[in-house]
Amino acid sequence: MRPFPSRLAALAIIALTLFGVLRPAFGADLTAQVNALGQGDYAALEKAIGDLAATGDPQVAPVLDALSNGDLYVRKSDNAVVKATKSGSGFTLTDPVTGAALGEAGRSGVTKIKVNNKIRGLVRSATGSLTLMSADPAQRRSAAADVFRSGDPAQIPLLDQAIAKETDPGVKKIMTEARAAAVLKSDMGDADKIAAIAVLSTRADQDALAMLASTASGPDGAVKSAAADAVASIQGQLKLWEGVQNIWYGVSLGSVLLLAAIGLAITFGVMGIINMAHGEMVMLGAYTTFVVQEIIRNSYPELFDWSLAIALPLAFLVSGAVGVLIERSVIRFLYGRPLETLLATWGISLILQQAVRTYFGPNNREVGNPSWMSGAFDLGNIAITYNRMWIVVFALGVFAVLMLVLKRTPFGLQTRAVTANRPMASSMGIRTPLVDALTFGLGSGIAGIAGVALSQIDNVSPNLGQSYIIDSFMVVVFGGVGNLWGTLVGAFTLGIANKFLEPYAGAVLAKILVLVFIILFIQKRPRGLFALKGRSVEA
Amino acid sequence: MLNKVSRTIGALATAATIAVGATSAFAADDTIKVGILHSLSGTMAISETTLKDTVLFLIDEQNKKGGVLGKKLEAVVVDPASNWPLFAEKARELISQDKVSVVFGCWTSVSRKSVLPVFKELNSILFYPVQYEGEESERNVFYTGAAPNQQAIPAVDYLMSEEGGAVKRWVLEGTDYVYPRTTNKILEAYLKSKGVAEEDIMINYTPFGFSDWQTEVAAIKKFGSAGKKTAVVSTVNGDANVPFYKELGNQGIKAEDIPVVAFSVGEEELAGIDTAPLVGHLAAWNYFQSIDTPENEDFIKKWHAFIKNDKRTTNDPMEATYIGFNAWVAAVEKAGTTQPDAVIDALIGVSVPNLTGGFSTIMPNHHITKPVYIGEIQDNGQLDVVWQTPGLVVGDEWSDYLPDSKDLISDWRAPMSCGNFNVKTGKCGGS
Repeated sequence: MRPFPSRLAALAIIALTLFGVLRPAFGADLTAQVNALGQGDYAALEKAIGDLAATGDPQVAPVLDALSNGDLYVRKSDNAVVKATKSGSGFTLTDPVTGAALGEAGRSGVTKIKVNNKIRGLVRSATGSLTLMSADPAQRRSAAADVFRSGDPAQIPLLDQAIAKETDPGVKKIMTEARAAAVLKSDMGDADKIAAIAVLSTRADQDALAMLASTASGPDGAVKSAAADAVASIQGQLKLWEGVQNIWYGVSLGSVLLLAAIGLAITFGVMGIINMAHGEMVMLGAYTTFVVQEIIRNSYPELFDWSLAIALPLAFLVSGAVGVLIERSVIRFLYGRPLETLLATWGISLILQQAVRTYFGPNNREVGNPSWMSGAFDLGNIAITYNRMWIVVFALGVFAVLMLVLKRTPFGLQTRAVTANRPMASSMGIRTPLVDALTFGLGSGIAGIAGVALSQIDNVSPNLGQSYIIDSFMVVVFGGVGNLWGTLVGAFTLGIANKFLEPYAGAVLAKILVLVFIILFIQKRPRGLFALKGRSVEA
Repeated sequence: MLNKVSRTIGALATAATIAVGATSAFAADDTIKVGILHSLSGTMAISETTLKDTVLFLIDEQNKKGGVLGKKLEAVVVDPASNWPLFAEKARELISQDKVSVVFGCWTSVSRKSVLPVFKELNSILFYPVQYEGEESERNVFYTGAAPNQQAIPAVDYLMSEEGGAVKRWVLEGTDYVYPRTTNKILEAYLKSKGVAEEDIMINYTPFGFSDWQTEVAAIKKFGSAGKKTAVVSTVNGDANVPFYKELGNQGIKAEDIPVVAFSVGEEELAGIDTAPLVGHLAAWNYFQSIDTPENEDFIKKWHAFIKNDKRTTNDPMEATYIGFNAWVAAVEKAGTTQPDAVIDALIGVSVPNLTGGFSTIMPNHHITKPVYIGEIQDNGQLDVVWQTPGLVVGDEWSDYLPDSKDLISDWRAPMSCGNFNVKTGKCGGS
């Protein structure tokens, strides 16, 4: 990013504060300056932004924000710059400075002021310097972060003032770091720069590393060697964090594998049905989420954050019902004939895919992330995204509930009895066909729930299920058929192994290596990690 | 075994199509048949179904104008089901059984390669409407999508410019198949020729449909924090894009810091994502729905009326289909016949309006001239043009930046009539 315009702008700010008399009167002038945003090309726009920032007027910040969000338009009738929000087929116009209503305009009555990344960067550093003294600590924090990123030396006097006034220790720290970043780029003395390097090296993250690295590649001297030392120490720390990061990514991938496989662990693992339509159950769950969100968007937008909670039981019911239907209509005639089951369920999976494709169309459907699943937070030096974190929690929760159902309820007891010895269970008065249907429904329903979670990180398209079916079988077979704990351990082992290989081998090779490993492992232990012992194994 | 099932289902579908085709063929003896070879099921259906509808729409429009050579056009639709060998079977069926005069079809390069021998053997015409890696020029194929110099290279030029952010460090991120691999090879050679050092280029590939982008995005973040302006050039294909962009947004990579320019992401792909966190990321195409010309407005209006849904987007491959279709119509009128040899010769030099306010001309190398646009993703899922090439760019089939192909040219006019003429050796037939 070129620092020149903003540097000029900030110089102008200083000049203007020194000679306070020269400050332009706000109001008419500001409107004229705002109108200048709408004239001419990117270069003219850059200049207009610089001029606006130079006023130092806090009223400018929201105008620039609107510009960078693409909300500013030029009204064709009088070339005035207005803020426009869509309403129906036209726009509602407001004054960007005062917020006064300016009536309506049709689509052809206004033209949008186009911005590009460079302009956005410029706006970011300009608003950063304008809101450094804001009353709201959150705004000051983000302003300080913006100034840190721009590292503009001209902001140092402003930062000094802000630091002196700052009361919040967290914000103060960021401001000090921003000042250090600016000092590094300035032409201040070596002593100042070395002090700045010390500040930045305590921050010890990628951003600090980037700044120090560019200093370390500068001209020789005390500053360069201090920067190089700091770079080396940060790199050492980051290496450690990288290991932690790989473990976290592995756990996250593992939780996705667990979710996808856990339903299969019941239908395939416990019941022994090779269910190729398992992936489509996941897909049905994801589409249920889509439908729920669609209804909420259209009728109850305030409930959007609850959409996933509403979708969960519905997805379970939809997929579970389809599962029971498949079991009753097809699979029950094929028990003990694995090859036919495989082919029949494969056929069912194609039918379901094409049915969804015909009904919903072949395109991806948009499933939004509720606000509590968007964004990320920093834990030390790794960014943990909320959606991944909640999916890990969710996967473990589903596992726990499923364990409870199988171990602590009469239904679970019957399921295990039928699995262990069908004739005996039958002669004890258990209605085995009903248990079969319900168990298959349970496995499918769990797959549906997985679909709700996967809709948050993957495409909701008719092909959704296909990308998980192979992975699911891999996990179940690796973990040990018929053992839920095996599925849990298998999923996390494969996830972590994959993520440790990925940085070195690349995503494609990592996947191949994991598959090769599983093949070798199965040669050695054909029954997987946790082999089931007992009579059913021989059956 | 699995293949058998899908074959059977494929065969059933075929039977159904033939049955449908047969009834309509019975009624219309005096029509010109147009084959549509786009997947309507399987993984590629997501992209290709729209193109099938586009050709149907164009045929409908043409018939309203009275057809071609006084005859109505009649569409023959087949479904190659995203199955590459099936593409060849279906192409053969279209040409020898249904006797179509021209075929519009294929999306992936591997499907195009699979039908090539059929088109050569049976001497028919294929219009291929998708951006591709180049390194090919066949007599029976007209490439109306972008060659690498009509998309990838201008995009890189833009990012290198002061206006685009003066990028110094490059991540080439792609799906692991022929188009990204070849494009990245060309880009790598191009970047090096512009003085970019080896350690400032990172190339990474992921499998088809990849969904767990955490490691890759973290690696991009790390690579981008070396103190130099960094950009990502993405040839990530299809479904994998949605999780990729979601992960970028969630890990807080903003376009102002590390812009991503994509060659396979258009309006259609963006329809499946919340684009608010992606504002400012870029895409390079030869057409955007947002381009404000009377031709485009008219096209979109008629398209919405035809498809009966005014939310449907338009995209670059649709425009390429539009250009190809109109060029074929113009060439048939010029030649006065639908006979393939005559049409192939007549097509060269045909110039038809494109949707961006200019004309696209079919060149002797069977590629076309196009303007190149760089668009920014907007929060409404549309792309706004931020930069465009000053004039039209001629598609360059054999890249000048690859050692194997820099001496090759293609010219299908007599007397050369060669798709890979080597200017060094003066012979037709490659390097």
